[in-house]
Amino acid sequence: MVDVEYSCASMTLREINVALRALPDGTTVRISEPRGCHNLVVGLSNKISVEIDGNAGYFIGGLCDGPDITVNGSVGWSVGENLMAGTVRVKGNASESACASSHGGMVIVEGDASSRAGISLKGGTLCVGGSVGHMSGFMAQAGTIFIGGDAQGSLGDSLYEAVIYVGGKVSSLGSDTKVEELTDVDKKTLGELIATTGFDHVSIDNVTKIVSAKTLYNFDALKDQKY
Amino acid sequence: MCGIVGLKLKNPALENQLGALTVPILDCLASRGEDSTGIAIYTHDIGKSAHKYSLYNPEMPFDWEQYVGSLDGVFGDGSTLTVQARQALVVSEADPVQILSAIRHGDPTVRLFGYGNAIDVFKEVGPASVVCERYGIANRAGYMAIGHTRMATESAVTTEHSHPFAVNADVCLVHNGSFSNYASVRRDLVDHGIHFDTDNDSEVCARFIGRELAEGATMADALKTVLKTFDGFYSLVVASEDSMAVVRDSFACKPMVVAETDDYVAVASEYHALAELPGIEDARVFEPNPEEVLSW
Repeated sequence: MVDVEYSCASMTLREINVALRALPDGTTVRISEPRGCHNLVVGLSNKISVEIDGNAGYFIGGLCDGPDITVNGSVGWSVGENLMAGTVRVKGNASESACASSHGGMVIVEGDASSRAGISLKGGTLCVGGSVGHMSGFMAQAGTIFIGGDAQGSLGDSLYEAVIYVGGKVSSLGSDTKVEELTDVDKKTLGELIATTGFDHVSIDNVTKIVSAKTLYNFDALKDQKY
Repeated sequence: MCGIVGLKLKNPALENQLGALTVPILDCLASRGEDSTGIAIYTHDIGKSAHKYSLYNPEMPFDWEQYVGSLDGVFGDGSTLTVQARQALVVSEADPVQILSAIRHGDPTVRLFGYGNAIDVFKEVGPASVVCERYGIANRAGYMAIGHTRMATESAVTTEHSHPFAVNADVCLVHNGSFSNYASVRRDLVDHGIHFDTDNDSEVCARFIGRELAEGATMADALKTVLKTFDGFYSLVVASEDSMAVVRDSFACKPMVVAETDDYVAVASEYHALAELPGIEDARVFEPNPEEVLSW
């Protein structure tokens, strides 16, 4: 049982988002018939629990600073974009740019995520149970990307301080990345991530850690010059 | 932004509903562009040896009888003329080469939007709701529909610049994105004697694919050559009489979602637009990978 139910079939997007904003902390909500609707549950700072019952569209949970959101289906582009705190759990797949620019909180995709997952991550955590598309982790500045499955090409291109863990195969690494040995701290982090996400198909011993090689951090005036 | 749609039916029982299934998709994708709307309907409603010609004139009313008469009987005896709003559909058994030449050298205010044994092309400036209503799209039957809602970036907002671009018999293309090297490709095609109706970037790709097909390439091979030749951003849906194919550029930053059931294959820019299709809950929904050519 939930405290409140809204349906996208009988309410407009704005009516739903305004109603959600007014709910007290601790309220549980179910949103039915999302039918791929964009911009559901965005910009909330109250600590409510929202369940979206079906496939949803773009920017689900974007800009949120508190709520815990579960999507019983798949989502479109940019789930949890610029998330500040709270969680977004997607039971299906996510399209492009999942968790883009998130400052905090956690986006969990139980299926696959598409291209540019975790692009420009700024401190949040992205966990994907399946695989991710090409250019994931592009220019990620801070935070953690945990991929249970495989990663397509150019993973972590131009990475800054964010850390990427991959349980499966990496098609190719992006520019200025390097593979590092897992430390005990990494293993502890991974153990906690697996416990939180339930991604127990991932074996910590098989995880590859990818960080910035930091060769692009400073401009080298003498590089490629001949005297 | 633009919205692109492809709906190919597997179940013949749905053919009477093709238009009714496609209109809500276009209507939803109007949020990605309202400059113009276009749709190609594929239907086997004429004899195998005949061709349909989708003609357009911006003037309304326009004397289409007189126009057909002005082409010196090139359409032949037994040809039929059906007029709706600014468009006319002529069905003829006569030689298409002579007809295409006569149309090109006839009244310059008349445009040919497409021709073939199966394809009817409807397009005009305006949002999906208006254009679909004007051309009665919801009541049209067929086995495949290719549609487009345009937000213009590369060339003017006119009906001629609208998608789909149907350049060969029963071949059409819709494009979301923008080509950056289209002027070079266009020059090369012009040097090989290919005629253009507009300065639109997507028309260049349509005519490029048209040339590849005319030279014997399969649709899949033609799209692989597009990947090698064209620079820029693109998600494309391309159709021929019996197939529908899609491709996205290597960055894949223009969206595309495929939903497949036992009854149909549907492609759209956003899942949102497909959410009203019957059986969508159980469809296999996925995104084509970058540089992956898929055809059905």
